[in-house]
Amino acid sequence: MQKSNVDIRSLQIGFGGLKVLENLDLHVGASEFLVLLGPSGCGKSTLLNAIAGLIDVRGGEIHVGGRDVTWAEPKDRGIAMVFQSYALYPRMSVRRNMSFGLTVAGTPRDEIERRVGEAAQMLRLTSLLDRRPSELSGGQRQRVAIGRALVRHAGVYLFDEPLSNLDAQLRAELRVEIKRLHARLGATMIYVTHDQIEALTLADRIAVMQGGVIQQLDTPKKIYREPVNRFVASFVGSPAMNFIPGQLARGSEVAFIAGVNRVSLNGYAFRSQPTDAPAVLGIRPEHIELTASNDPSAVSARVEMVEPMGADTLIWCRLADSTAFSFRHDADAQVRVGDTLNVRFPAEALSLFDETSGQRL
Amino acid sequence: MTAVAQPLPAARRPKRMTPARWGLYAFIFITALYFLLPLYVMVVTSLKPMAEIRQGNLLALPVAPSIDAWVKAWTSACTGLTCQGIKIGFLNSLRILVPSVVISILVGSLTGYALSLWRVRGANILFGTMMVVAFIPYQVFIYPLVRVFSFTGLGQSLSTIVIIHTIFGLPTMTLLFRNYFASLPVELFKAARVDGAGFYQIYALIMMPMAIPMIVVAVILQTTGIWNDFILGLVFAGRDNLPMTVQLNNIVNSTQGERAYNVDMAATLLTALLPLAVYFGSGRWFVRGIAAGAVKG
Ligand SMILES: Nc1ncnc2c1ncn2[C@@H]1O[C@H](COP(=O)(O)OP(=O)(O)OP(=O)(O)O)[C@@H](O)[C@H]1O
Ligand SMILES: [Mg+2]
Repeated sequence: MQKSNVDIRSLQIGFGGLKVLENLDLHVGASEFLVLLGPSGCGKSTLLNAIAGLIDVRGGEIHVGGRDVTWAEPKDRGIAMVFQSYALYPRMSVRRNMSFGLTVAGTPRDEIERRVGEAAQMLRLTSLLDRRPSELSGGQRQRVAIGRALVRHAGVYLFDEPLSNLDAQLRAELRVEIKRLHARLGATMIYVTHDQIEALTLADRIAVMQGGVIQQLDTPKKIYREPVNRFVASFVGSPAMNFIPGQLARGSEVAFIAGVNRVSLNGYAFRSQPTDAPAVLGIRPEHIELTASNDPSAVSARVEMVEPMGADTLIWCRLADSTAFSFRHDADAQVRVGDTLNVRFPAEALSLFDETSGQRL
Repeated sequence: MTAVAQPLPAARRPKRMTPARWGLYAFIFITALYFLLPLYVMVVTSLKPMAEIRQGNLLALPVAPSIDAWVKAWTSACTGLTCQGIKIGFLNSLRILVPSVVISILVGSLTGYALSLWRVRGANILFGTMMVVAFIPYQVFIYPLVRVFSFTGLGQSLSTIVIIHTIFGLPTMTLLFRNYFASLPVELFKAARVDGAGFYQIYALIMMPMAIPMIVVAVILQTTGIWNDFILGLVFAGRDNLPMTVQLNNIVNSTQGERAYNVDMAATLLTALLPLAVYFGSGRWFVRGIAAGAVKG
């Protein structure tokens, strides 16, 4: 099976007066699993449809496997696509659904049979081949939709929120299945979702989008640990990252001052020379540590709410200046509402953002 | 004061025959009677010989039922100058009906499919207006159309009447199919395009098989409409192709001497037979088709 790279150069797309994508550049390597992540309406589907050739572009170029396909028909682009609503042909059996594209293309019958059999086996659909889509469960339908894409032996597979119509358990199951499929085929995959768990678990790289612009394109770890701006920081992660407004102060060492609290920034990797300016400190709930009251870097906070979440407990606290934050602790934490805790914000785990621009400092 | 366990009233099955129910049934019964009585009279009269009819007992069952009147109506009643019964008209109507129904549904579904892909703002208003246009009385168009067809040399012929029925059926057929296809998810169309199917392949292999309930509705609408047509057939079909309705009119209105009520009734019933059969044969499908359109089958 061939594996194509995808190269998008200053792509522009709009509907009437609305500009959805403007000068978007994106390079996806062969065999890469790229996830497009972003809130509703940010242009993820638009980008995917443009790669598939289902909408016309206003400007820019799309290359798949080194070939300029900007104006090629969808079937000639070497792509296959899986849709959110499955889009199975309701009057055809599972077998016909999967073989339809090959039949239209005039593939020899024994080749069709071989490919359908292979895909059906991979997706555990062999016993369902003669059923109609209406006789299948949601998960089975989506597997058929994936199977229909697989038989095309395409260089690039496009997924538009394939799991969002399924319940949580099925979603987790199929997520694993897709990941396994990628490992097995080594195919290039571009996967749209607004579910960050899907993004973090599946992706080699994630492109976080907002308002038609790619905000950050990085590995899941990098996106999670070092978000480039406040949007990425707040969009990725659940429970969400805490934001504490304050001030940078340079003294014997750089520190972050929030009211009466002082957080040492010794060990934080600044992107540029810090200045004494207002800033926002971001920290993920699992990076906050409990500490002793005599620890010089301790910050004291009052417990407002305790949310047991099974494996661990989410504790909501409030600082003296009334900024709220949450942190994770073992499930056996002996913490009660009203307690006063001493916590520590380790500098290595922090993110600092400019107050006005929201960019990482 | 011991509390006795009483069965809760709500747990009991409600009584079936409330006064409202009685009223409903009475209404249904009277309505049915209202529509069935004329049919009854027609059937009974068609089975009576003239002697019996002359006695004037409209509702009485025939004493000596015979199908003579039916045979006469079918084979030898006079429709104008010829006396070969209404079977000529029946065959004419069939020759008009079949191509008209097939062509109007083919053309209507194809244009409906094309228009369903054209999703602009205001499309619904535009198509709503089209529907209104479909209700403009035919009479307005007749004279201009006669001129057009005599100019093109088609004049009055079988082709002319088929074209006429196709044209007049087009707004309804187009809208019926457009609304159905527009209710389908766009992704279905996109998936077929990625699969490499072209415009006509998607139409024939994916859209039309899904539209079977709509096709049934269209067949019923067109069949009854075209079969019952009188004026268009009279004006455009030509002498040799006059449809059954026109011939029925000739039988009923051009009697010499005593009016043969039994033959008239039989001829009328024969004319109504096909639409009746279509209704009874496809009522279930009709309801399903309408419902399927309503809830995105
Ligand atoms: N056919 C269209 N005509 C006009 N505007 C459109 C059309 N399709 C999409 N848009 C607009 O383009 C923008 C991006 O839409 P898109 O479908 O790409 O969002 P998305 O990121 O996929 O969102 P979601 O997560 O909800 O699917 C939206 O503002 C949407 O309203
Ligand atoms: Mg979308």
